Amino acid sequence: MLKSTKPVKTGLPLAAKWRRDWQMVLLMIPGVVFLLVFFYLPVLGNVVAFQDFQPYLGIMHSEWNGLQNFVNLYDNPDFWDALRNTLLLAAVQLLLFFPVPIGLALIVDSLVSNRLRRWFQTIAYLPHFLSWVLVVTLFQQSLGGAGFVNNLLRHAGLDPIPFMTNPDTFPLLVVAQLVWKDAGWAMIIFLAALTTVDVSLYEAAAADGAGRWRRLWHITLPSLRTVIVLLLILRIGDILSVGFEQFILQRDSVGPGAAEVLDTFTYYAGVVGGDWSSGAAAGLAKGVVGALLLWGANSLAHRLGEPGIFQRRGA
Amino acid sequence: MRPVWKENPAPAYQAIKALVLGGFALVIVIPILVVISTSLASDKDIIDAGGYVLWPSHPTFKAYQTLFSGGLMGRAILVSVFVTLVGTAIALAVTIALAYATSRPVLFGRPVLLMVLFTLLFAPGIIPMFLVVKQLGLLDSLWSLILPGALGAFNFVVLRTFFMNVPGELLESARIDGASDFMILRKIVMPLSKAVIAVVGLFYAVGFWNAFFNALLYLNDTSKWPVQVILRTYVLQGKSLSADQLGVHPPPQPQSLQMAVVVVALVPIAMVYPFLQRHFTKGVITGAVKG
Repeated sequence: MLKSTKPVKTGLPLAAKWRRDWQMVLLMIPGVVFLLVFFYLPVLGNVVAFQDFQPYLGIMHSEWNGLQNFVNLYDNPDFWDALRNTLLLAAVQLLLFFPVPIGLALIVDSLVSNRLRRWFQTIAYLPHFLSWVLVVTLFQQSLGGAGFVNNLLRHAGLDPIPFMTNPDTFPLLVVAQLVWKDAGWAMIIFLAALTTVDVSLYEAAAADGAGRWRRLWHITLPSLRTVIVLLLILRIGDILSVGFEQFILQRDSVGPGAAEVLDTFTYYAGVVGGDWSSGAAAGLAKGVVGALLLWGANSLAHRLGEPGIFQRRGA
Repeated sequence: MRPVWKENPAPAYQAIKALVLGGFALVIVIPILVVISTSLASDKDIIDAGGYVLWPSHPTFKAYQTLFSGGLMGRAILVSVFVTLVGTAIALAVTIALAYATSRPVLFGRPVLLMVLFTLLFAPGIIPMFLVVKQLGLLDSLWSLILPGALGAFNFVVLRTFFMNVPGELLESARIDGASDFMILRKIVMPLSKAVIAVVGLFYAVGFWNAFFNALLYLNDTSKWPVQVILRTYVLQGKSLSADQLGVHPPPQPQSLQMAVVVVALVPIAMVYPFLQRHFTKGVITGAVKG
């Protein structure tokens, strides 16, 4: 993914390299310590998924129980509900969220007025920087039972609509929140891709008599293809993380039946319920499957002749 | 000047575009405006309007005075400000140092780079993270909000990509003049990268300011709650604050107070971000595409 900065083969002995680079190595130390403590140590800590973990005994003294925790998960209907919800929500998000920023970018790109374009971008980026708590609160204040939309409905003599508490329409609510928060932000990358399109292509096509739609179809969309594939891959690698905070925050109001996802299952089983090992097993399963999906999607992209995220060696 | 292929759009298309973009923008702006208006409304405005106010007829800062007068809310604001400032400073220092050191072909540069990139692939999971934080004795400490967030791989990639594009000749000549690597980073590389550093700083600051789940996970002590957890508990879940927790008697209309909490969570971000907005694209592109 990153262009490799292959060390120049200077043939210097280690001591000489050290004399040359010791300051740089010093600069790396805080970051490396951080990675070891807050990433690699927890990654190793996943061994509790293979233990009957007892907090007062600690990792060192808890008993190993092999794959028992995973077997327990397999037999746990709540886990399957969480998995089903996760996949359902991920599918809905992929179908209903993914195209929105592309569409927005196409419209914004076609705007002639730069001022309008800047205004819209300023407004559209803003929600990305708001916390999920804030977003869910704003939705609740707008669409909740006592929110202002339902206030208006009541004033108009209509029945209030339970936007925020109906488990059946919860996936739609979740996507609406996601679109509200991130569609504008996700648009940036498509806009940037559109600015790199060679304008002479448009000129040539226009000269050949291609209309608006033909140019969109034959020039604009193909030039977005690489970016679209890249983002799809990243999304697939992340498919099991549908949005932790969003669900934790709304689990109470719509109920776990609709809002329990793998992450919230891990949290409630492990941290809240004290069943650390099941929680860790669910979390580990999720992490491994996510990494495999990412890898799989990327190699598929290579096979289809797209660059993907990880450049293959020599490619 | 309008290029040849951008002929005047047909009115129908123009109307559709205006509808889509205008609608999207309004849906974003209206809830925020209602919240701000309601937070500024007087008790009478709120009672007259039956809850929400589109335009306060007698604007008052009473709700904000209550928030900033101390009590649970006042402390939460201090906590959030502290975590954001200290967290951003630490995170920037760690990330800049690591990104600069790995942006040059140096000893250990490659394995360290791979160490960071691997974090993009795999997340350690909630339970092991919790156990580590607990083992380090950081539970119920504000450091539990700061330290785990001190290095974001995405921000690292953005900075590193930018540092790699600083011409090597520049650094070489400084080195010949006797500058140390620390000096080069501070006097040459960082001043050249001010805009990117500002954007990455914003990304970090937003992360720390918005930290909710970590606070929920690691902090039991209500006196250490940041604004986001207060927002969840007293606005989203609708628990009411007692006059004692507020430190003010008598408390103002709950509606305006709640909305003031929302605004407090929102305003700092809305204030910084317009200044950095024009640099976003660059940061996001270097991070996402090239990364």
